[in-house]
Amino acid sequence: MKIAVKVNGRLYESDVEPRTLLAYYLRETLNLTGTHIGCDTTSCGACTVLLDGEAVKSCTVLAVQANGREVMTVEGLEQNGQLHPVQKAFWEAHALQCGYCTPGMLMASYALLQDNPAPTEAEIREALSGNICRCTGYVNIVKAVQLAARELSGEGQEALQEVEAHGASSN
Amino acid sequence: MALRQTELRPLGKPVGRKEDPRLIRGKGRYVDDIMLPNMLHLCVVRSPYAHARIRRIDASAALAAPGVKLVLTGEDLAKMNLAWMPTLAGDRQMVLATEKVLFQYQEVAAVVAETRAQAEDAAQLIEVDYEPLPVVVDPFYALSPEAPILRDDKEKKSNLIFHWEAGDREETEAIFREAPVVVKQDVRFPRVHPSPLEPCGCVADYDTARSKLTFYVTSQAPHAHRTVLALVSGLPEHQIHVISPDVGGGFGNKVPVYPGYVCAIVASLKLGVPVKWIETRTENIASTHFARDYHMTAEIAAREDGKVLALRVKTVADHGAFDGAADPSKFPAGLFSIVTGSYDFKAAFVEVDGVHTNKPPGGVAYRCSFRVTEAAYLIERVMDVLARRLGMDPAELRMRNFIRKEQFPYRSPTGWVYDSGDYEKTLTLALERIGYEELRREQAERRARGEFMGIGISTFTEIVGAGPSHTFDILGLKMFDSAQIRVHPTGKVIARLGVRHQGQGHETTFAQIIAEELGLTVDDVLIEEGDTDTAPYGLGTYASRSTPTAGGAAALCARRIRQKARKIAAHLLEVGEDDVVWDGTAFSVQGLPGRSVTMKDVAFAAYTNVPEGLEPGLEASYYYDPPNLTFPNGAYIAVVDIDKGTGAVKVRRFLAVDDCGTVINPMIVEGQVHGGLTEGFAIAFMQDIPYDADGNCLAPNWMDYLVPTALDTPHWETDRTVTPSPHHPIGAKGVGESPNVGSPAAFVNAVVDALSPLGVEHIDMPIYPWKVWSILRAHGVTE
Amino acid sequence: MFPNAFRYEAPATLDEAIRLIAEHAYDAKVLAGGQSLLPMMKLRIAAPAVLIDLGGIGELKGWRETEEGLRIGALARHADLERAAALYGRYPLLSRTARWIADPLVRNRGTIGGSLAHADPASDWGTAMIALHAEVEAAGPEGSRRIPIDDFFVDTFVTSLEEGELVVAVHVPAPSGPVAARYMKLERKAGDFAIAGLAVHIVTDGDGRVAEAGIGICACGPVPLRAAKAEAALVGRPLTNDTIAEASRLVPEDADPADDLRGSSDYKRDLLRVFALRALREIAEELEGRASIA
Repeated sequence: MKIAVKVNGRLYESDVEPRTLLAYYLRETLNLTGTHIGCDTTSCGACTVLLDGEAVKSCTVLAVQANGREVMTVEGLEQNGQLHPVQKAFWEAHALQCGYCTPGMLMASYALLQDNPAPTEAEIREALSGNICRCTGYVNIVKAVQLAARELSGEGQEALQEVEAHGASSN
Repeated sequence: MALRQTELRPLGKPVGRKEDPRLIRGKGRYVDDIMLPNMLHLCVVRSPYAHARIRRIDASAALAAPGVKLVLTGEDLAKMNLAWMPTLAGDRQMVLATEKVLFQYQEVAAVVAETRAQAEDAAQLIEVDYEPLPVVVDPFYALSPEAPILRDDKEKKSNLIFHWEAGDREETEAIFREAPVVVKQDVRFPRVHPSPLEPCGCVADYDTARSKLTFYVTSQAPHAHRTVLALVSGLPEHQIHVISPDVGGGFGNKVPVYPGYVCAIVASLKLGVPVKWIETRTENIASTHFARDYHMTAEIAAREDGKVLALRVKTVADHGAFDGAADPSKFPAGLFSIVTGSYDFKAAFVEVDGVHTNKPPGGVAYRCSFRVTEAAYLIERVMDVLARRLGMDPAELRMRNFIRKEQFPYRSPTGWVYDSGDYEKTLTLALERIGYEELRREQAERRARGEFMGIGISTFTEIVGAGPSHTFDILGLKMFDSAQIRVHPTGKVIARLGVRHQGQGHETTFAQIIAEELGLTVDDVLIEEGDTDTAPYGLGTYASRSTPTAGGAAALCARRIRQKARKIAAHLLEVGEDDVVWDGTAFSVQGLPGRSVTMKDVAFAAYTNVPEGLEPGLEASYYYDPPNLTFPNGAYIAVVDIDKGTGAVKVRRFLAVDDCGTVINPMIVEGQVHGGLTEGFAIAFMQDIPYDADGNCLAPNWMDYLVPTALDTPHWETDRTVTPSPHHPIGAKGVGESPNVGSPAAFVNAVVDALSPLGVEHIDMPIYPWKVWSILRAHGVTE
Repeated sequence: MFPNAFRYEAPATLDEAIRLIAEHAYDAKVLAGGQSLLPMMKLRIAAPAVLIDLGGIGELKGWRETEEGLRIGALARHADLERAAALYGRYPLLSRTARWIADPLVRNRGTIGGSLAHADPASDWGTAMIALHAEVEAAGPEGSRRIPIDDFFVDTFVTSLEEGELVVAVHVPAPSGPVAARYMKLERKAGDFAIAGLAVHIVTDGDGRVAEAGIGICACGPVPLRAAKAEAALVGRPLTNDTIAEASRLVPEDADPADDLRGSSDYKRDLLRVFALRALREIAEELEGRASIA
């Protein structure tokens, strides 16, 4: 079946089997392997992407359901070679270890900050409760989202400049 | 918050991670991200029965299905002598079942097709005719004479795998006979699963023209995997190239070799194209190796003043259908004999019986050094039982019995030599930081109001860093580890190690060690692991062994480089080698502070201007065989409140004070502690893999095997004391598993403490709300 | 994990959907938010030959106030109802229930109609609709009809929808006076199905007596259940310690829980009692507070 999906701002036209899940379409047809798969029961959120701006589990959406819609994946966060503040904050606050949940966490955090620019710790924990991390114990993820919130609201520039600096040096 | 990577002397500093830039961009390369031309997909067909004879397998419909290229059964593998493979514990395991299956979800056949969907479609078409056999679920029943023998393939016709003992039986018995106080407690450590977020999987790519197998696998121990594959497949070891790409968590789950790997390799050998196998979450939980499942009974003999005298432990260990424990060969019950913990017992005697049942094989060291979690939980739990019996504060009882600072190195009654520790200092810090006395006062007030608040302490000692080659091997392979450092002309370094990180941050922490030793910055050092064609041989990353073994190798390898660099520096400074001093960032001339050369100067000279008679270049290898293990320890305190209406437990506060010796990167250590505490919390309150009487797995996915979210997980507080290891090159001890080992007892002790006014002495994990509710209602407490 | 192969249909109108359902009958499954159906298809517990995706049917989306109350379209998503500030005052149980369903990502896809038609005994929406005395609007080849919620759930995963019918909306009657509600649920972990749950919806009259009482019971029987005895004990009486205690004692009498990994039946019954006690106390405080402000 023919579908046309805009992913990270670019339009893709593909022919897919109806049973293809959005996560597999992104990974295997578009080679956007940043979207990960960690379970079969819509439990873990490693596959979280934005569908028309809302965070969803792409393992539980058919690619054909995304026809005519917009998808944003972790690969779409960085713009013009600039990491998004939420990416910088995850690095700065040591909010990732193995990195497998990270793309999903980043997308869920991004969606939260779109809706709620200054979330409390409780709101962050609630917003990320569909995403499982087995490494970090969440403390630093919460910190990272708070840091990103400050950066996006124009505060906290200083905190993230450091990251810019060492980001530049290791690229 | 993270520091930049461009500073000198980075050891001990919170340097931002070098692995993060790719991971936050979604540019990690995990095994499922590997897509090769002409790659096929493999799906495993699994048994619905826990114990059954296989009468017949009919694969004809599957073979005729669209896209199907190959079906493998046990019979096919038997013809190649591959139907069975060795386990790391010296047992053998079926790759694909031939005559019978021994656990539900056991591998029975494999289907290879053009797409994953087609392979799954065809897997459904394979017809297997099973004749169900009586199922053994209970390990105690397995040991009884009436139980059917499960492993009729073994010479010994018994479900008992091993009986293992440590300590001195007679001395222990003698003390128990005379002891004024004896407490006894049955304690179960439930069957749990490491469940890393990335499930297991591989891509096998056999190149017929070169007779070379490239095997991408999400592995914690790529070199060991290569050796096992060489032994199993008969392919020469140098023609097997194992690549462990980015690993999405391991926690012990990715140490063993699994049947799916062997099937993918056989399929690639037969078909001459790459074959990918990625397991589902259900396959991960219900067939790959589990952890724990220990049924323990502990007794402590003590004086009335609380001084402990002797410890006696008897354990039945459920290892499932095959002994898949990833323990060092000499230790069928791992390092369980560390069970005397932080306390100065005169004598101890420990017995473990390993048993076969119709359950998946195991048990691996899940964020744990081979049964250390079971040991730490048991002693910390039973010390509280003793405190309660004596009416003594659990902190006071611990202080009274700690191995004292001046007793190190301390030989335990089961034979371990503890390297260092200052347990009193660590507990004192924890009690002060949490405000222990104030909390006890608050607890007394709440109790007076009929509320249930609990404070739980765990002052565990860990044993990590397997290990010294005189004692430690897996399948005969000695458990040292390795580093290889190459300094290039511009002073930039590539270092390769035999371990394989899965999120622990080796690319940063090992760079810190090497940069510190060589006077460079973290930015100057690239760490590579996981490629057996390039990295030196090593046993891998598990059981918190990377820092104690490979970390030592990295430091000593760098020092070997520095030795040679000193000769080149002397040449550049035009003085004798004895006149050269190293201050951590440069070489200078003794007494002439103005003249110095940096490691970068030396590196350039190593390729352009070496003194006569000296071999050019600047590189070294080091295989580090540690003289002893290391003994991280900690004092953890949990504060809980119990909801009388629902039985739900709320963890109000949790403080972890760890002592892991020298800290390489405090930010990463703290992150490891947070993660380990979360897993310990899950084990204490949520996790178990129950089986019904027919051997059906009742928690084969993340809807029923519960992993905590951000909303469930408490906020963690951390602190530390630093007691360096005297024998480790930089004094470090390893920390990844400490929080998982130490925390379950703190949680359970807190809940038992809360319920102690009702006379409660013990609750088995996981502490589900209904268990607490049952206790409350049984004592007439209600809302 | 992949579902079985299926034919995908995406009708643009309700009539077209009804025609497709009639055409494919038992071979077809209807896809709303897909948060229960797609996982079942991935595990191949469900394997429809035809999947009829309602996602493109505009007339099934959103909600509107009617003369008798609120009509919620079948495709209204959990997240829509969770965030619908305009409904907090008159229909407080909607957002209070929605925030307990699965997790925020699932709530961005899952729909109220899909949830009701799935008829899981642990359905949070089913439980809330019992408390709200709602009616399900179904449409089929013979036209549309309204099914009282008590007649809608027949058994576990079984509804009284006829062959060829689908859920198009749910009707919630307007409260006749001051209203307060609570949804209480105990989970083994965040996002889990309930160990037990309770929806309580109370409307009072001018004298502070209970004019309408709705109490739904979650995960304690083959379908979401009504605590009819407790409701009867409250109507016409003020919320006092005594009436609250009596109603709370009666709630478990209408429950029919099973022993399972989540706990014993006794445990679940007692949870219902505790939830009723807490919910009614909180509701009483809230309504009193509101009365004193007025």
